[in-house]
Amino acid sequence: MRLTVDGQSFDIDADPDMPLLWALRDLIGKTGPKFGCGIAACGACTVHVDGQPVRSCSLPVGEVSGAVTTIEGIGTAGKLHPVQQAWLEEQVAQCGYCQAGQIMSAVALLDEIADPSDADIDNAMGGNLCRCGTYPKIRSAIKKAAALKTAGL
Amino acid sequence: MASVGKIARRTFLIGAAAVAGGVAVGYYYYRKPFPNPLEAELGKGEATFNPYVKVGADNTITIVAPRAEMGQGISTTLAAMVAEELDVGLDRVKVEHGPASHAYYNAAILEEGGPFAFFDESMTAQAVRSGLGVVGKYLALQGTGGSASTRDGFDKMRQAGAAARQLLIAAAAQKLGVAAADLETADGSILHKASGKSLTYGAVAVAAAAMAPPAEVRLKNRADWKLLGKPQKRIDMLAKVTGAPIFGIDVRLPNMLYGTVKMSPRFWSKPVKADLSRAEKMPGVIKIVPLETNYGHGFGIIAENTWAAFKAAEAIDAQWSDPEYPLSSAAISDVLKQALSAKGSVMRDNGDVDTAFADAPRERIVEADYAVPYLAHATMEPMNATAQLRDGALDIWCGNQAPTLVRQLCANAVGIEQDKITVRTTFMGGGFGRRVEMDYALCAALMAKETGGRPVKVTWTREEDMRHDAYRPAAIGKFQARLGDDGMPVAVDMKMASPSVIAGTLRRLFPSISPLGPDKTIVDGAYDQPYTIPNYRVSGIAAPVSIPVGSWRSVGSSVNGFFHEGFMDEIAVAGKVDPVEMRKKLMATYPSAVKVVEKVAAMAKWGEALPAGKAKGMAFTLSFGSWVGEIVQVADTPAGIRIEKVWIAADVGTALDPGIIEAQLISAAIYGLSAAMGQEITFADGMVEQSNFHDFDAMRIFQCPVFEVAILENFHKMGGVGEVGTPPAAPALANAIFALTGKRIRTLPLSKTVAFA
Repeated sequence: MRLTVDGQSFDIDADPDMPLLWALRDLIGKTGPKFGCGIAACGACTVHVDGQPVRSCSLPVGEVSGAVTTIEGIGTAGKLHPVQQAWLEEQVAQCGYCQAGQIMSAVALLDEIADPSDADIDNAMGGNLCRCGTYPKIRSAIKKAAALKTAGL
Repeated sequence: MASVGKIARRTFLIGAAAVAGGVAVGYYYYRKPFPNPLEAELGKGEATFNPYVKVGADNTITIVAPRAEMGQGISTTLAAMVAEELDVGLDRVKVEHGPASHAYYNAAILEEGGPFAFFDESMTAQAVRSGLGVVGKYLALQGTGGSASTRDGFDKMRQAGAAARQLLIAAAAQKLGVAAADLETADGSILHKASGKSLTYGAVAVAAAAMAPPAEVRLKNRADWKLLGKPQKRIDMLAKVTGAPIFGIDVRLPNMLYGTVKMSPRFWSKPVKADLSRAEKMPGVIKIVPLETNYGHGFGIIAENTWAAFKAAEAIDAQWSDPEYPLSSAAISDVLKQALSAKGSVMRDNGDVDTAFADAPRERIVEADYAVPYLAHATMEPMNATAQLRDGALDIWCGNQAPTLVRQLCANAVGIEQDKITVRTTFMGGGFGRRVEMDYALCAALMAKETGGRPVKVTWTREEDMRHDAYRPAAIGKFQARLGDDGMPVAVDMKMASPSVIAGTLRRLFPSISPLGPDKTIVDGAYDQPYTIPNYRVSGIAAPVSIPVGSWRSVGSSVNGFFHEGFMDEIAVAGKVDPVEMRKKLMATYPSAVKVVEKVAAMAKWGEALPAGKAKGMAFTLSFGSWVGEIVQVADTPAGIRIEKVWIAADVGTALDPGIIEAQLISAAIYGLSAAMGQEITFADGMVEQSNFHDFDAMRIFQCPVFEVAILENFHKMGGVGEVGTPPAAPALANAIFALTGKRIRTLPLSKTVAFA
């Protein structure tokens, strides 16, 4: 089957029941999305399909019809996405394992709501678990990213 | 023959440590240095000065920070210690974890292992500390834990940077034909101001490394620090916001296979019957092999991708033998209760407790029974390791907190010599004590024997991870106090029982060693608190339950912080004394403790009236050398209790990176609050009942309170940081809930009694 990931097209030979996460990680080599739970309970595997955040650990690859975007597709070390830039400036990450998923959820949130309230952040980010407890910095980084995006940075 | 320079270079650090410590350089065996492991891996034109510093001809400066980075920021702070003295910015250096080597032993990890409280500075206590540091050297354990890394590294890593800088200056002086005293360093270069000439570190590195090391190493005064004492940008942040492949689970090698494990759901049990045929026939499955390790028995599934391995693991049909421990949580609880009726090992015994209670009138007695459950670590990154066995040599990639132990245990398991094993320690998606264990590395190493030389990445499912941990043990405690006329306690008797973490850890890591003496972790956080009460007894009993238990962020203090500080709150309520005032009086001998309590109370405006439906609770613990007070404010809402705000004051002695310290204190408090609110591991039919984040969840962003943190530096010894915020979190929350609702909850998790929003 054919899969478009981060703007690139891939031909893969996968069991259609294989979750998108494992197709990305094992077959395509995109290790940015992380495996955390396998049941859509922690958000570490969050990627976008046609701009919508999905838990790739629980989405069969055979059901994916749109373009997939991973953390590796939103920005690079040389040209960060405003959300990544805000994460860097706020020094959000500790172990960092959940952060690819957190950032992908935050990017989707800001695409939908340019200036999210605390309640909007709670709603959009509640499915992303962080065992290091970086939530206070995630909240402030989302607000900073909103400002960066509005300023066109 | 080794050159003089080489030998001298190897011997330097120990000599310098001795000089800096004001101790005569002796020739005791324990002072003998380990070889510098960087010697073996030098590139062309590259020079090493000691196990922590490498400089290339192109002026690439590499600092080895040999402690496991699991989010606590240790790689940044250790690198800053070296960079500070080497006089380079952190953006100018490469930071690596480095190889597994005894040169990187952690002496501080064992220093507080003696039966003395941190504040006990008697000659005996100090002698034992220094002796245990020597034991650390003997065992040469390259370990990350015990919140010990900065304390262990503070002198030796600054000395490493300073010695390298002095040599680089000396070599530059020689090359330029000027006096060393006329040279300055900045940004990786050496300048001669008078002539305007300059040389990079790289230009003189090889010459410098061949010179005899300095007899004396001068360290900067604190006032001159440019990096230490100030928040630094973490060296790992860019990789972590771009999804870079830095974790063990991200390892990708040519021709790599994938795998998973299905270990016995009953600990230590063997398969009595197993039908692998359905699993073996599944698409993508290559091989299923039996696994036997110090951690138990089961099967390794080798496949073409991780998903195929997961599916096959589910399809294995096995029956497992009966366990050697009680089958259910209720039965385990009975064993603990029975253990508590024994006399126990007394770890603190001030005054005469029995006499103090003998004539106590009933109304002056406070009594309480406390209990906490088993807990899983539940790191975000499930256990995993990648291994390749080729030509009798094993390469292993994994996040781990003890690389020299990984090497030793894998050597035993695979049946090869340790020098045939290369351990590559990756970043860790959380540790919290879980990655002190070796099970995932052992499984991958054994499976690598079955792949014909191909590498295999072995990833555990979340279910396997949740059900095969070395858990924080369940514990129970019995507490008694006698109040005086003024409501203050005149006697306390505290007794707790729990399975032994030390015995459990030895069984897995060093099965040939029998535990000797009482397990201090059973009473840690209760016997060693800075309260002065005339009659004060704390005893602990190891309960015989062999479910694997291990180090869970703050270890014994995670249990006893809740017990001790919950009971202190009960004493204050019974004696009609304000909990803050009571603590200040009882801790008056330790000004650092009093200042922490005063600070956190001032921050939280303790004592000021709150609107109806809101309340505060406080707790204080001393653990891993840091004095920490926390106040939690809760509110009653229609959806349940909401944790609104947490104030933390912590005296860490010397604050090397206030930004990272604040992040760690908040992190540890959230870890403790998560457990207190809703986590428990329970057993039925000898198996763990929980399996994933739906039934073992943690705090979510919508539950997260606002934090306010103050870092103090009053005590004269440096404390740890990674764990110390956890112990006071649960009792401060439970005490706040009592203040809010009048319900005194003595059993965790609190969600068994109250609902959280």
